[in-house]
Amino acid sequence: MARITSGIKDATAIAGIGQTPFAKQLPESEKALACRAILAALDDAGISPSEVDALASYTMEETDEVEVAKAVGLGDLTFFSKVGYGGGGSCATVAHLAAAIATGQATVGVAWRSRKRGSGPRPWKNTAAQLPTPAQWTRPFGLLRPADEIAMLTRRYMHEYGATRDHLFNVALACRNRANQNPQAIMYERPLTRDMYMTSRWISEPLCLFDNCLETDGALACVLVSAERAVDCRRRPVYVHSAAQGLPAQHHGMVNYWNDDPLTGPAWTAARHLWKHADFTPEDVDVAQIYDAFTPLIPLSLEGYGFCGRGEGGAFTEGGALEIGGRLPLNTSGGGLSEAYVHGFNLINEGVKQLRGASTAQVPGAATCLVTAGEGVPTSALLLRS
Amino acid sequence: MTESDIRHLKSVSRYLTPVIDDDGAPFWQYAAQGELRIQACAAPDCGELRFPPRPCCPYCQSFESEWRRMSGKGRIWSYVIPHPPLLPAYAEQAPYNVIAVELAEAPRIRLVGNLVSGPDAPLDSVARERIRIGAKVQVVFDGTGLPRWVLERP
Repeated sequence: MARITSGIKDATAIAGIGQTPFAKQLPESEKALACRAILAALDDAGISPSEVDALASYTMEETDEVEVAKAVGLGDLTFFSKVGYGGGGSCATVAHLAAAIATGQATVGVAWRSRKRGSGPRPWKNTAAQLPTPAQWTRPFGLLRPADEIAMLTRRYMHEYGATRDHLFNVALACRNRANQNPQAIMYERPLTRDMYMTSRWISEPLCLFDNCLETDGALACVLVSAERAVDCRRRPVYVHSAAQGLPAQHHGMVNYWNDDPLTGPAWTAARHLWKHADFTPEDVDVAQIYDAFTPLIPLSLEGYGFCGRGEGGAFTEGGALEIGGRLPLNTSGGGLSEAYVHGFNLINEGVKQLRGASTAQVPGAATCLVTAGEGVPTSALLLRS
Repeated sequence: MTESDIRHLKSVSRYLTPVIDDDGAPFWQYAAQGELRIQACAAPDCGELRFPPRPCCPYCQSFESEWRRMSGKGRIWSYVIPHPPLLPAYAEQAPYNVIAVELAEAPRIRLVGNLVSGPDAPLDSVARERIRIGAKVQVVFDGTGLPRWVLERP
């Protein structure tokens, strides 16, 4: 189908997706897992590795371009990019490839993330490599982990707007219910109840165990090509309709305590750009894959991306709104909370599956999907359409 | 000395110490002298406070700065209660509190710290039910020069 394009709108499409199994512990190296995911994505697209000329990943990715390219037999690369800020970079990997392909810098791009977070060390335990600037203001006082940093914002959010632990449970439950439908999910066949949630151990009050994402080994990749090329690929194209990164003025990362309004995070900045360049609005989104390292990121993101008003994110989750058949089915593979935590890359691939009609928790007729990267850090987001 | 005092002292020696950068160094030098000072723009027409410290003023772009003494008064903006898994020195005192304090002179600056019963008291020395958002607090400095916070009305 011919499309009128301006900028990157619908100029590129995700033509292939691939992943490894997910587990607490996988025997293979991150490099081997990356190679498997990338080759699976290329096979899904029906594109030879030798045709790949662009790569994009996260700065935290430990398999680099040289190693990946020579291992899987990529062609001459003319564009490669890495995006910072942990899970905030997930959607930006696709966004960078989309910009490169739309402007003629490359023709076939692969984005990937491979991580052994399940069997590897917890990053916050490395006290020698503290995050540079903010660490001196927080870590000596025992604010040690990402969960502690987000719990600080969460307590304030609950205080200001009356959000409750039941709202956070609604998020955890929706993700778990979808994982229960997804045989690839770590939490497949492991249902969650309100009683389990309310009596679980604390991690950092007000956040309990089930407010925190999984710790997973695994890798994923996707293949991006021009819209023209995509129609000739093996699968139904999933178009990148709009893409944005977001680093707000006077933002401080996960310890966003030192500005006028700590509760309007990077989602708000990314959203303004995302919607400005889109042909549809939040009301038209059929399904959302919202970064869920912690449950409170969902109400904060629902507000930032315009699905409800300021302070209404908790209430939005009521009445099954995030379930299949609800107002906004959420994280339909189980997300980082219940499928796998691979820095949000599984959210991208699940968005593609929904728009192909191939999800294990398919939203009937889904034609539009929002995918977001980590909120609370410099972030990124994609609007995908079929 | 009680058993819990001894446990506390052992933990203190293994707390993470601030990994100080060039911009932050004056804050810690003043803290070691028992003064809470925040970086401020020294341009005559500006004078805005800023935190964390940085090379130039985000409001007027001046590179001139000074360190302005604060009253040390503030209110609890939010707080968390961390539970293990934590680094050993902190796990030994868990569950403890970490608070964010909005400064009386600059409410948009919220310093992270701990609510304690006295300058060198353990991180869990204030009963949980005494910690509430909005409570007035006052800075104190412990023996290592770290700012801590006590309730204005203990």
